[in-house]
Amino acid sequence: MKNEFQVIADLIEKDKKVLDVGCADGTLMKFLKDNKNMNIRGLEISKEKVQECIAKGLTVIEGNAEKDLKQFPDKSFDYVVLSQTLQAFLNPELVLDELLRVGKKAIVTIPNFGYWKVRFHLLLKGTMPVTKTLPDEWYNTPNLHMCTIKDFFHFVKSKDIKIFKSLALNNLNSSIINESNLGVKNLFADLGIFLIEK
Amino acid sequence: MNTERNIKKLIVKKPLKLDCGKTIKDFPIAYETYGSLNSKKDNAILVFHALTGDQFVSGINPVTNKEGWWSYAVGPDKAIDTNKYFVICSNVIGGCMGSYGPSHKDPDQKIFGTNFPVITINDMVNAQYNLLDHFGIDKLFSITGGSMGGMQVLQFISNFPDKSKTVIPIATTSSHSAQNIAFNELGRQAITADSNWEQGNYTSNDTNPGKGLAVARMAAHITYLSKKGLQEKFGRKLQEREDLKFGFDADFQIESYLRYQGSVFVDRFDANSYLYITRAMDYFDLAKRFNGNLSEAFKNTKAKFFIISFTSDWLYPTQENKDIVIALNSIGADVGFVEIESDKGHDSFLLDVPDFLSALKNFLDKSYEEN
Repeated sequence: MKNEFQVIADLIEKDKKVLDVGCADGTLMKFLKDNKNMNIRGLEISKEKVQECIAKGLTVIEGNAEKDLKQFPDKSFDYVVLSQTLQAFLNPELVLDELLRVGKKAIVTIPNFGYWKVRFHLLLKGTMPVTKTLPDEWYNTPNLHMCTIKDFFHFVKSKDIKIFKSLALNNLNSSIINESNLGVKNLFADLGIFLIEK
Repeated sequence: MNTERNIKKLIVKKPLKLDCGKTIKDFPIAYETYGSLNSKKDNAILVFHALTGDQFVSGINPVTNKEGWWSYAVGPDKAIDTNKYFVICSNVIGGCMGSYGPSHKDPDQKIFGTNFPVITINDMVNAQYNLLDHFGIDKLFSITGGSMGGMQVLQFISNFPDKSKTVIPIATTSSHSAQNIAFNELGRQAITADSNWEQGNYTSNDTNPGKGLAVARMAAHITYLSKKGLQEKFGRKLQEREDLKFGFDADFQIESYLRYQGSVFVDRFDANSYLYITRAMDYFDLAKRFNGNLSEAFKNTKAKFFIISFTSDWLYPTQENKDIVIALNSIGADVGFVEIESDKGHDSFLLDVPDFLSALKNFLDKSYEEN
């Protein structure tokens, strides 16, 4: 998780205006604020998490990304970050469109359902995969739309979204994903990080 | 209303042109302060009171001998920590706790009554702005208030965009709704229908329109609570009786409670002030001054906003508070927002609601650390 934040931080220049959608308890926001002096806001649906953000001195708006991104004008942030949340929305496509409308660029990270441990879990145990990045059981998971790195890669391409950078993350290692190594990265990364623009 | 010696007053010499077109000058603003102003003068918080509030925010109100109206939030080690911050609150003009109002005398030594000029939220904050000069404060650390206090917060930062570092409107609106105007009108009708009102020319406490004012308060008080809160607190419990009495006495506890609220209110509040202040609330429509675009009201401020609403507040519901957030977001302002879970209705901001108080405290303290 920490490494994911470091990779995200490295993708953003200093002093930028950033919106963290689904910012949870504000750990990433705090990290970006402290390390990169960013002007950062969060949008978070959970009242408890909002309180935790306030206690950290972060600017957060309680709201639902599927309804409340509407209020932000076009390109009003340099970057909009969505960390491991896309799969939890009722309509991920709509949220993705909104991220790219509100942000000049968007950084989207997805837990990879194509990761070999996930595949093995289902193949060998025959039960829904539970891993470090996917810790919930099938009956209580917030994840409605799981996808693989490959799925997301093809999806953004099909929507004419420009991928500036895509990174595969496995524990502490990050590596570039491209068209030619997509199959391998899709097997060995448990997290995909995409810097995109429309 | 006659313990004048306990009331600090600033006499504003400078003429103030009111929205109604009249100009007032040499008028008093009654205020109170808590904590102390530091040498950098960067720790001042201006608190604005709601419809029936006054300058006595915390501690014991010397006039009513009851706890100040925001004692849960303001005081040593409280959310608004007076060990750290210098809190100023003044009675609004049109009020009845020492500031210029309808119970004052006109230049001919005749009590104003309804000859007092109709005032607005804008007039209130313009009058209170004089307190900054009085204390030599160039920039406040924060401005805050709930309900009508929140309206003043919004108006203040719109009028004086660089005069506060942080801005905390609570359970409020940028434009008084038809429903709220309706409730206020109900209260005003109750007062003016009381034969003691005498077109506003009642002169002593013995002949004041207390019955009308009490009914106004009872009706308003219901709007400050939630259905669930009322049901849990009172339900159908009977008032000191075993069974219904088949009459019109207060059989139910809720009736007795409302009657009590009405009667104690009459002792501390002036009926004409109630007319004036509710009118000011009804006239409040911040966007109207900016051709209907609320964002324009805030376009010159760099202040950090934190807006708070409550789930069970149906008088100033979350959506109306969110409209302010939306207006601020559309101009890229620094704005945070939280809706606090509470079944205590609109009154939540005045009560012991821990999530609210901790959010308020954390926002203030963290913002102050960044100073």
